[in-house]
Amino acid sequence: MASAKQKKPDGAPLSDGEPSIVKTMGMVETPAPAEFTKEQELQAYRDMLLIRRFEEKAGQLYGMGFIGGFCHLYIGQEAVVVGMQMALKDGDQIVTGYRDHGHMLATGMEARGVMAELTGRRGGYSKGKGGSMHMFSKEKNFFGGHGIVGAQVPIGTGLAFANRYNGTDSIAVTYFGDGAANQGQVYESFNMASLWKLPVVYVIENNRYAMGTAVNRASAETEFSHRGLSFKIPGIKVDGMDVRAVKAAGDLAAEHCRSGAGPIILEMATYRYRGHSMSDPAKYRTRDEVQKMRSESDPIEQVRRRLIESFGVSEDDLKTVDKDVRDIVADSADFAQNDPEPDVSELWTDIYAADVPQAAE
Amino acid sequence: MPTEILMPALSPTMEEGTLSKWLKNEGDTVAPGDVIAEIETDKATMEVEAVDEGTIGKILIPAGSEGVKVNTPIALLLAEGEDKSAADGASSGAAAPQQKAAEPKKQDDAGEKATSEKVAGPTPVPAEGMKHPEPEDAEGDLGDELPAGATMVTKTVREALREAMTEEMRRDGKVFLMGEEVAEYQGAYKISQGLLEEFGARRVVDTPITEHGFAGLGVGAAFAGLKPIVEFMTFNFAMQAIDQIINSAAKTLYMAGGQMGCPIVFRGPNGAAARVAAQHSQDYASWYSHIPGLKVVQPYTAADAKGLLKSAIRDPNPVIFLENEILYGHSFEVPDVEDWTVPIGKARVHRKGKDVTIVSFGIGMTYAVKAAEELAAEGIDAEVVDLRTIRPLDMATVIRSVKKTNRCVTVEEGYPQNSVGSFIASELMVHAFDYLDAPVLKICGKDVPMPYAANLEKLALPSVKEVIDAVKSVCYRD
Repeated sequence: MASAKQKKPDGAPLSDGEPSIVKTMGMVETPAPAEFTKEQELQAYRDMLLIRRFEEKAGQLYGMGFIGGFCHLYIGQEAVVVGMQMALKDGDQIVTGYRDHGHMLATGMEARGVMAELTGRRGGYSKGKGGSMHMFSKEKNFFGGHGIVGAQVPIGTGLAFANRYNGTDSIAVTYFGDGAANQGQVYESFNMASLWKLPVVYVIENNRYAMGTAVNRASAETEFSHRGLSFKIPGIKVDGMDVRAVKAAGDLAAEHCRSGAGPIILEMATYRYRGHSMSDPAKYRTRDEVQKMRSESDPIEQVRRRLIESFGVSEDDLKTVDKDVRDIVADSADFAQNDPEPDVSELWTDIYAADVPQAAE
Repeated sequence: MPTEILMPALSPTMEEGTLSKWLKNEGDTVAPGDVIAEIETDKATMEVEAVDEGTIGKILIPAGSEGVKVNTPIALLLAEGEDKSAADGASSGAAAPQQKAAEPKKQDDAGEKATSEKVAGPTPVPAEGMKHPEPEDAEGDLGDELPAGATMVTKTVREALREAMTEEMRRDGKVFLMGEEVAEYQGAYKISQGLLEEFGARRVVDTPITEHGFAGLGVGAAFAGLKPIVEFMTFNFAMQAIDQIINSAAKTLYMAGGQMGCPIVFRGPNGAAARVAAQHSQDYASWYSHIPGLKVVQPYTAADAKGLLKSAIRDPNPVIFLENEILYGHSFEVPDVEDWTVPIGKARVHRKGKDVTIVSFGIGMTYAVKAAEELAAEGIDAEVVDLRTIRPLDMATVIRSVKKTNRCVTVEEGYPQNSVGSFIASELMVHAFDYLDAPVLKICGKDVPMPYAANLEKLALPSVKEVIDAVKSVCYRD
């Protein structure tokens, strides 16, 4: 955090002969990874492990036919949302796309409610009517869960607009992927957010593949932290596999937004181990590539190693955490398989909010 | 008392036919759905099904009879306990207390004899002699919403809309207006004139030209509890934003299991203005009315524009509020009362009449009202129903009116296929079939992109003459 340094925030006039792109690129230096206490490492470990185990279980339930439709797993990307969440405070809002289970668990939504939504049961967050891609929790300030690629970006910008309008110091963290980053509405949002100095952190989770298309096959500019340059939005490229790096960047971004300086982009270099969705044939990358990321950069393994090597935590202590997490996930899966489907009357509810009283009636 | 089985009509145009064959004899018992006879015209043959249970007491028209008028009793059906003497006693065609036309056999699944293929399409002339059930509550509640003794003030639709926004922004600090040129320019059509001065730049927000983006931003702000009014310079430009309107605004309440909705108004001029050609001249009423989760409003008068916009802003759901550039300058009487609101979802009988129902909304009403005036001079008394809200659509008022007039013409500027009029026609088929004396006719914009040339543009839009001709057609008047 302290290492963050604004280089050219004010867009100082350029001298002759200097290519403008050099001046505006990398306006904010990537901060050094945060120094974690043992408690923070343990929290990150537990929160990431919960997402990993939850997603593994979701994959199993999908294979067993309990989960239908689309199911996009977050395995491999856990450090992004967990690190960001550690940088936020109460009242900050979260919105994301359809690879959203991790974000929901990170905001504190109950595993049971999320898993039961995946199985389409009445105890799910949307009573079984939303499914994997469409879940919300007003209580946890989680605004979805959006199935249309990029649609969450103007929505997140609107949440930030409301924060400004209401005069709060809350920030809206808007997640999207390298694929969504090519949608037009993203840039419409960037423009308004910067123009009106809205407190929004755009977190671009660059997991290298938009469905099956590698970033360099889809994007003319693969440095996503530079995608805000035309809108004077600073961007930082972050090691999204290191939860401490994410936390440090999140701290910087949150401070930037809360200070009234407007939006900021964090490009998280991350990797998804699983397919785009459950039906992904994975022909677009090699098994070796996935294996290499898993063995060398796994976000959970990094924390685990530090806990043992730097903080002297025992394997047994970690096993206790593992068991707690497994119990939560097993309980959620059990609940999600046994909870009844929604009552058939639910077909016709929640289409319109109840009418407000009208004076002339 | 035996029940008379009547000669059915195969189509609205059929007046008489041949009773070609009896499939049941006197003394046979029949159940509803049993085929009892075959009838034919020069166009088609069809099976006659029994409607009631009983025994064929007497065949009144022998097989092979030609020129049997529709609704002539063709047989007598004895109920349980009645004997043949009851049938003998009843002279053919005399006392008919329980007249029931046998129903033409409904087209069924494969395996049934496909008779309908031979039936010619309907032409706009009704079967003669049909009796209508008595309409209930023909006058009904005509939606007289005016408080007693209210004084009226003449206002333009533009002024009415501006007052609605001003009053609601004064009333609720969460309401704000955003859109292109709404603030410093004072509105592309001056609807928001003066709002910036009163409410400041925080609440009257000029946006870049970025419909998809600011529609989505508005949705996000609504999710967070604000009540945005998003102005589109025209709804033609909202095509850029329609994903956010439908996928984000309309569906979230359902997808969230009721946890979180989207209180937002999308408003602006819709439909054709004058000489702005294809890309700026489309009526989106039927498009948005297709979507569960949206409410769709399209007012005609200034009083409705004001009252409905105020209701739309207060509504906890996304509301599509379709205005019209040409109507902005039209003047109407607006009640001079504090907090004038009009409920969403309620049609208004604009003109009472007894001969035909003309259903319209928005600028379509200008054709309807003018046509009704000219028709009155020719002795046709038209009732004009202004829908005002397209979704939820107040079919009850339309049905009530049609049960009284037995004829209906719809008028709108939108395209004919899947138009609002198409929906009304299909609903009337289901809910007022027995009351209709003629097919429901639709007057729509022509099925072409809007041309620029003045003469072609005029042809592409509905006209008063088309409405008058349609009304005369359903009234069988030349």
